Amino acid sequence: MFLRPRTLREAVEALAAPGVGILAGGTDFFPALGERKPAGAVLDLTAIPELRGIEIGPERIRIGAAASWTEVIRTPLPRAFDALKAAAREVGSVQIQNRATVAGNLCNASPAADGVPPLLALDAEIELLSVRGERRVPLGSFITGNRKTVRAPGEIVTAILVPRTIEGPSSFLKLGARRYLVISIAMVAAILEADTTGRVGQARVAVGSCSPVARRLAQLERDLVGAGLEEVGARVEPRHLDVLSPIDDLRGTAEYRRDAARTLVARALEAAAGGFLQ
Amino acid sequence: MSATRFTLNGGEVEARSAPAARLTQVLREEFGLTGTKVGCDAGDCGACTVLLDGEPVCACLTAVGQVEGARVETIEGLGRASEVTRRLQESFLAHGAAQCGICTPGMLVAATHLLERTPHPTEQEAMDAIGGVLCRCTGYRKIVAAVCAAGTPVPHEETPTAGAAVGARLRRLDGRRKVEGTDIFGADEAPPDCLLLRAVRSPYHRARFRFGDLEGFLKAHPGIHRVLTARDVPGVNCYGVIPPFADQPVFAVEEARFRGEAVAAVVGESAAVEALDLAPFPVEWQELPPLTTMDAALADDAPLIHPGRPQNVLTRGRVVRGDVEAGLAQADLVVESRFETGFIEHAYIEPEAGFARRVGDRIEVQVSTQAPHHHRDDIAKILGISPEAVRILPTAVGGGFGSKLDMSVQPFVALAAWLLRRPVRMVWSRPESMMASTKRHPARMRSRIGATRDGRLVAIDFEADFNTGAYSSWGPTVANRVPVHASGPYYVPHCRARSRAIHTNLVPAGAFRGFGVPQLTLAQEQLMDELAEKLGMDALEFRILNALRPDQPTATGQVLGAGCGIRQCFEALRPQWRKRREAARRFNEQNAAGVLRRGVGLAGMWYGCGNTSMPNPSTMRVGLKANGRIALHQGAVDIGQGSNTVIAQILADALGAPIGCIDLLPADTDITPDCGKTSASRQTFVSGKAAELAGRQLRAEILRQANAGEGARLSFEEGRVTVQEGDHERVLWLESLPLDARGYVLSAEATFDPPTTPLDADGQGDPYAVYGFGAHLAEVEVDLELGTTKLIGLIAAHDVGRAVNPMLIEGQIEGGAAQGLGMALMEEFIPGRGENLHDYLIPSAGDMPKIEFVLIEDAAPVGPFGAKGIGEQALIPTAPAIFNAIYDAAGVRLRRAPATPDRLRAAIKALAR
Repeated sequence: MFLRPRTLREAVEALAAPGVGILAGGTDFFPALGERKPAGAVLDLTAIPELRGIEIGPERIRIGAAASWTEVIRTPLPRAFDALKAAAREVGSVQIQNRATVAGNLCNASPAADGVPPLLALDAEIELLSVRGERRVPLGSFITGNRKTVRAPGEIVTAILVPRTIEGPSSFLKLGARRYLVISIAMVAAILEADTTGRVGQARVAVGSCSPVARRLAQLERDLVGAGLEEVGARVEPRHLDVLSPIDDLRGTAEYRRDAARTLVARALEAAAGGFLQ
Repeated sequence: MSATRFTLNGGEVEARSAPAARLTQVLREEFGLTGTKVGCDAGDCGACTVLLDGEPVCACLTAVGQVEGARVETIEGLGRASEVTRRLQESFLAHGAAQCGICTPGMLVAATHLLERTPHPTEQEAMDAIGGVLCRCTGYRKIVAAVCAAGTPVPHEETPTAGAAVGARLRRLDGRRKVEGTDIFGADEAPPDCLLLRAVRSPYHRARFRFGDLEGFLKAHPGIHRVLTARDVPGVNCYGVIPPFADQPVFAVEEARFRGEAVAAVVGESAAVEALDLAPFPVEWQELPPLTTMDAALADDAPLIHPGRPQNVLTRGRVVRGDVEAGLAQADLVVESRFETGFIEHAYIEPEAGFARRVGDRIEVQVSTQAPHHHRDDIAKILGISPEAVRILPTAVGGGFGSKLDMSVQPFVALAAWLLRRPVRMVWSRPESMMASTKRHPARMRSRIGATRDGRLVAIDFEADFNTGAYSSWGPTVANRVPVHASGPYYVPHCRARSRAIHTNLVPAGAFRGFGVPQLTLAQEQLMDELAEKLGMDALEFRILNALRPDQPTATGQVLGAGCGIRQCFEALRPQWRKRREAARRFNEQNAAGVLRRGVGLAGMWYGCGNTSMPNPSTMRVGLKANGRIALHQGAVDIGQGSNTVIAQILADALGAPIGCIDLLPADTDITPDCGKTSASRQTFVSGKAAELAGRQLRAEILRQANAGEGARLSFEEGRVTVQEGDHERVLWLESLPLDARGYVLSAEATFDPPTTPLDADGQGDPYAVYGFGAHLAEVEVDLELGTTKLIGLIAAHDVGRAVNPMLIEGQIEGGAAQGLGMALMEEFIPGRGENLHDYLIPSAGDMPKIEFVLIEDAAPVGPFGAKGIGEQALIPTAPAIFNAIYDAAGVRLRRAPATPDRLRAAIKALAR
């Protein structure tokens, strides 16, 4: 059965039945099938107008669950979103960016999901809807592990909500072993806000691919407050990365990841600080 | 079930397939639009790129139900409707941007989207646009050039006149159908009533197994017609590329020897087989402790993977000349090291595919293959019928690089179609292809090289073990070829090279562009640099000093006499070697406080064309048709490298006919003689020579009929050949001549087998009639903090004897270099892990720098017009040149490939300590 509802209400009602698989951009749905054919009911979310688009409000920005990476790239957004846009350009390929949704990237909950570090740094919240009602969960609590989220069966992610609580330049660095179509060995998103004296007023740093779920570096963020913009990179110390728990895999060793993450964090902060000069 | 309505290539259509079906499958199977290719079914390769409402997407990741009301455009429609696409197609042809053609439609669709918005893109824009499509043949550079140039109309190609084909930058003769997406590959065709076959494969490296209730399984699955196992094989349940070593069963018996080995197959109606969940297939596995390393396989108490192969050693190779110990004692300086490489996946974008049908008491197999006649003979043995009862119809090959020399789907579909008397098709998935197809041999090498103080090489002692996996495949070839090449393209008076191919319970390692010589060269060329450094000599001058001369013996005692262009290759690099080293030094000085370091490295190579001391004849047949056109039975399978074009160029000039009057016939084993395998860089040389001989023979026959001398000019026109000699002109009216059984008025057939001699117990003899030579200069930039390496420049000098088609040769060099780059920096296949194209990385469009070429033409007297092979030669020096450049940049030597960022960073940190 292939369900292609036109309204959110129909969608959540359809999803109340057990065993319904959700399809949006298809870029994780189909690879996960491998050689199998889709079995059971499939609920396609791409024909629901309520899920589309990116809304820019004074208090928050709302990324509809069906919005693709290409829409993120093409929508004018505040510079704190430059990291998210940079991540969008690094997702797979243009073909993938055209179909894959930001929300799907979060729901798939890969430790190497490109969207997670920039959205963690943006303090994003996830909006979920089911026949039982709506709820919001901070992204940091939404993904609980490798391929695990708190999304209950019957729930649809309807949007990603980003409060406009930081204003400043941002950056994203992805380290991979080739130029295009690459899964990261490590990646970092950073956002900096300057205070009236031109020093760091607020810093947000998140690292992906170095733990089951991407992590914010809270201690580093605190230590950066008050730092001069020219010294942000130098402020990074190994202890700031203690919250990471990298593993050895095909793409690199744990030791390398920790080492590279520190380099990337420093470079990402310097790149973000460089944004104040522009 | 409701139909999905959408606009397909400008027309309104209704798809009847299930709405959750992948758009690729619907386009290909329901609408017959096979220009959209399936390479991975996971969005990793982009071969299925189509435009959806004008934007490029992977059709394999799109459900057809999702395109309801939308606009879908494929290569077929764009080629008709879009002026931009048509210009791109012409530009691809003119630049040689399509080789095998499997990625070409995806590239063209992606590039169309770019060019519609940006008519004159920059190189960066072109790379960004095609970055989502992988290509394994071209190294991307000609694709990028074709995209950048497509904004301006491509000049019409001037076809060379008689006698001017050899040496011309001619477009591929089979290129048009590749850029139009109409070339037929293994998965692109099947009879309408075709059944589908899927293999049941071992999930363990080694396991005993027992079948349960197969009858019950059949009964429970309507639409499944048969389960096949080893018991169903009517002939011999054994095949292999080298008959004396043949050891691979169609279906394993009692014990599976590697993960991915087939133990059974299910055959049935397509829909039933596609929907089948193989998890409940009645087979009971008992996992056994596998031998996964060469050390484990060599241990005294290791079980034998094949009885009769003690210590699990498949074969040994040996070349001994002079007295190596005495030579090393004479040396003033000896360097020694160990090196290691892993499995490397061929990663052609076309997974293995084909179908078979029984026609009376014959079986026909249409398949993507590099070795049609050999596969004919092996299928005959498996079915217990005569080779004449088997017909192989090769499709276009979407990349082979050696792995499609071994059989893949062939035995399964042939057996099933034979027994069921219905056509049967098999298409491997990407994971299946990566699990079950052969790989490049992992190597463990130890080498000692000695030189005297004045910089002369005196002795080489080389030993290597190659992990050949569970079956022999091309293990013996690798073990034999490597010792012959151990000296490199240098004169070395004392040489001892020994090798072993060792069985393990891993995927069979087979042929991959270079048969072990790329691994060997990675070791030897790094040691050459070390020697030069320790001697205080320039690395290039050291190599020039030792470069093999035509009058010096090789390590097998062969004196080449002519066609020995290694010195010219090195010398051609001299100006750039100095210039770029100086530029790198300056960059590093200016950026001393930064983290980037540049370096320049060199490597030389040589490679014997054709089989090692074994017969490998090719037979070419040509026929003059009554209409004045020439039929060329082109049996040298074109796997993208260009033999369809090159062989025709050689024939044209040998015959003295314009290339435009040649019609190509395929390598169908019923109509075209055996041209051997497309391997060992032998087709231009061996089959090309056969074509030259056949052309000259046909020419002689025409001249004889016209009673004219050798210098006469021929012109081929409708129904006649005009023979002009001085003022004399004689017309041969073809319709008045009798037709032979094949419908030709005149024909010729010629066989060429390169003159070689057997190797004695010390490996002495003439193993090859012709060697290709080459040298690469690589320029890299290393990020010291991240351990990443970027190849920023490459100069490739190759002695090709005679450049029959320089454009195609450049394509071979760029593609070979891209594979060398992959080998150096990112590629390693670990059986059981990463059986897909996002974990196993091959270079993407953004990883390849511009390549500069130097073509040296030191003619091989025995080759056609002096030509030698280039296919494998192109790849061999790239990885060692990159490793030497990394050393130059970062001061560290990696003894293990690939130089992944984590390995390189660890070495840089260790150096700092």
